[in-house]
Amino acid sequence: MTQSHEGNGAGRGRTPPEQGQPLGMVIEGSVANGVEVRLDPGVSVEQVKVGTFVTLHGANNRFFGVVTDVSLGSTDPRMKYTPIPADDPFVIQALQGTVAFGTVSVLPQLTMPEVLGDDQGPAAAKSIPSHFSRAFTASQEDVETVFGSEADGNFWIGNPLDMETKLCLDLGELVKRSIGVFGKSGTGKTFLTRLLLAGIVQSGQASSLIFDMHSEYGWQGQDADKGGMVKGLKQLFGAKVSTFTLDEEHSRRRGVSTDETVHLGFNHIEPEDVELLRASLNLSEVAASAAYNLREKYGEESWLKEFLDAGRNGSLLELADELQVNAGALRALYNRMGRFTRHGFMVEHSRVDTAAQIIEHLERGQHVVLEFGRYGDDEAAYILVSNLLTRRIHRKYVEAKESAMGGAGKEPRPLVIVIEEAHKFLNSGVASQTIFGIIARELRKYNVTLMVIDQRPSGIDSEVLSQVGTRFCCLLDNERDIDAVLSGTSGSRALRSVLSRLEAKQQALMFGHALPLPVVVRIRDYGPAFYESIQGGGDSEAERKRKVDELFGG
Amino acid sequence: MTGPLMERRVGEVVQSTSTSFVAQCYQLEGAPALGGLVRTDSPDIYGVVGSVTTEPLDSARPVLARGEDAGSEEEVIRDNPQLARLLTSRFEVFIAGYVEDGVTHQYLPPRPPLVHSFVYACDQEETARFTSQLDLLRLLLNSGASHSDEIVGACIRQAAPSHDQPADFLAHACRALAVELSADVARLNSILRRVAP
Ligand SMILES: Nc1ncnc2c1ncn2[C@@H]1O[C@H](COP(=O)(O)OP(=O)(O)O)[C@@H](O)[C@H]1O
Ligand SMILES: [Mg+2]
Repeated sequence: MTQSHEGNGAGRGRTPPEQGQPLGMVIEGSVANGVEVRLDPGVSVEQVKVGTFVTLHGANNRFFGVVTDVSLGSTDPRMKYTPIPADDPFVIQALQGTVAFGTVSVLPQLTMPEVLGDDQGPAAAKSIPSHFSRAFTASQEDVETVFGSEADGNFWIGNPLDMETKLCLDLGELVKRSIGVFGKSGTGKTFLTRLLLAGIVQSGQASSLIFDMHSEYGWQGQDADKGGMVKGLKQLFGAKVSTFTLDEEHSRRRGVSTDETVHLGFNHIEPEDVELLRASLNLSEVAASAAYNLREKYGEESWLKEFLDAGRNGSLLELADELQVNAGALRALYNRMGRFTRHGFMVEHSRVDTAAQIIEHLERGQHVVLEFGRYGDDEAAYILVSNLLTRRIHRKYVEAKESAMGGAGKEPRPLVIVIEEAHKFLNSGVASQTIFGIIARELRKYNVTLMVIDQRPSGIDSEVLSQVGTRFCCLLDNERDIDAVLSGTSGSRALRSVLSRLEAKQQALMFGHALPLPVVVRIRDYGPAFYESIQGGGDSEAERKRKVDELFGG
Repeated sequence: MTGPLMERRVGEVVQSTSTSFVAQCYQLEGAPALGGLVRTDSPDIYGVVGSVTTEPLDSARPVLARGEDAGSEEEVIRDNPQLARLLTSRFEVFIAGYVEDGVTHQYLPPRPPLVHSFVYACDQEETARFTSQLDLLRLLLNSGASHSDEIVGACIRQAAPSHDQPADFLAHACRALAVELSADVARLNSILRRVAP
């Protein structure tokens, strides 16, 4: 590291960074394990919490780090066996901070620019501060330097532990890689996701397509704790958001109007989809693979319709004979597909092409929420619809991106696709086949990324999980889930202990691509104050036109 | 030499080493208290009283008990006026530093005080000034005296009232002591108990 110090200080007329509270001094450490800070006599261990941000003022650098552990130390190993009059304040006062003292372990993560306003931002720390460097709690300014400030266009997501400072996220960076929102049921995943999406809609950093399993993102969502409803994206952003529904009746019953109703034709279902549904429809491998034979016989467009007709006409046996597949398996396929296609959103031949419709809305710079209504509880419906639509949309993005690379047209605007219960279609069994597995693996080659919401991350294929760039992790208590979420991250041992100490709600450990270092955040309240802060933030006509032009090269 | 200083002249150095000296009192039983701060002249060498002895001048003639028939202790002295001249009081002082050209050093002076130097008991002001530094505690802890903990405790107790804020001085001294004895909490604890108000 070469860093010049000439010109630092008063000469340049910039204010040196404001300092937080003094904590103590560095007494030992290593790059691998972080440094130990011995607390000053006046500072009690009880004042310093794991996860607190700290700055360390070395001889040549200022370091930014996190408290990973707090411990009690003594200069005399025999102290613990020596009777001490614990109720004598005189004795305790003499011992505290001299013979008996607190230490905190700090992991220096970044080196800070010497002077605020320096063009260089914080850089990853490759060294540690020297012996006796002073440690301070990080100031508001320090946190803003590291995480960015609202004033610089970042999104205020919440507050760091025990600090009033606004903790901000760079949404532009966030949408560049896939995003994961994990946590047990009821920890605030949906609220956090809605918050992030509101930020994305407002900032215009990306388009979004939300497969809204439980109908919580579109018009309104449920607040289980306070009772009552919270506003959905449509209410907040109006025309910027289009809502589609699979279940018109459900929407009507809730008094919610939606922009479009989704119908899927039999002709849109491909044998690959059947393969995906094997687990949810309880189909054998043989039965599922019969779909490929059927496609071969009847062709891409009408295999399902012809197959179901044949079944209704009682000619399944002959068909099995002809295709040389097991008759029982073919019957099972007929029964399951027959039942599935009776869903209200399935039609024999759909004149409207929902995928094209969604693409059209995205092209207009809108965000699309697809509500599943009563079908949200039907795993097969959720998997099928989301895969089927995503496959078509992805194809379109690939085309747009490739023609952009060939010099024709502009790059498509980044698209974030949001799926719930991700482990159902990203488990190791099917991840290689689903479009979502493909999107996760190809990174953002085609400007499409995923936002996966899951309460059982251990169920997600590990290769797919490793591609989730930024992770928001609410409380998890299953060991395997914790392992899964932390896999592939450095310092996972320290993070593990942080993770297990999160509060049961509205707190998350965020780490990965969009964050300079892992941080515990108390998620901002999603409620009236938040609505207030984003409303009136609607795009101007000109801005909207610009975005439309941008998408797919206009 | 002013009156009060004369009054505080308690004895004279009769034996001297680099780390300590012995003074003979001008008055029988006229020694300063254990732990008290004393000074000799040129240079001003300071020390803390570590032990006081009263014994016969001629060690070959031990003191005999004489009061069997006396009504009170005073009567014993009155009836045997020669006794005072057969006895003498001495005190041993551990050197705690010196002042040279107005600068206080709390470490051993290059040379011990001269024999026959006068020894003065320090008044409150002088005690407060010298004990505003506490490096002398280390010298006392390492004095080698079998009862050095007692000397340290007595010194802190003696010095405290001479400070404006005795409680603050006590706390400060105890923390300094804790730093010195950071590797021996048991010993520290025993001294703290001797000092606690
Ligand atoms: N950021 C937040 N603002 C306000 N309330 C929240 C927030 N996060 C969580 N909650 C409360 O916690 C409850 C559960 O959150 P939810 O997002 O539905 O959990 P999950 O999706 O993980 O099951 C919500 O109904 C709400 O009352
Ligand atoms: Mg939820």
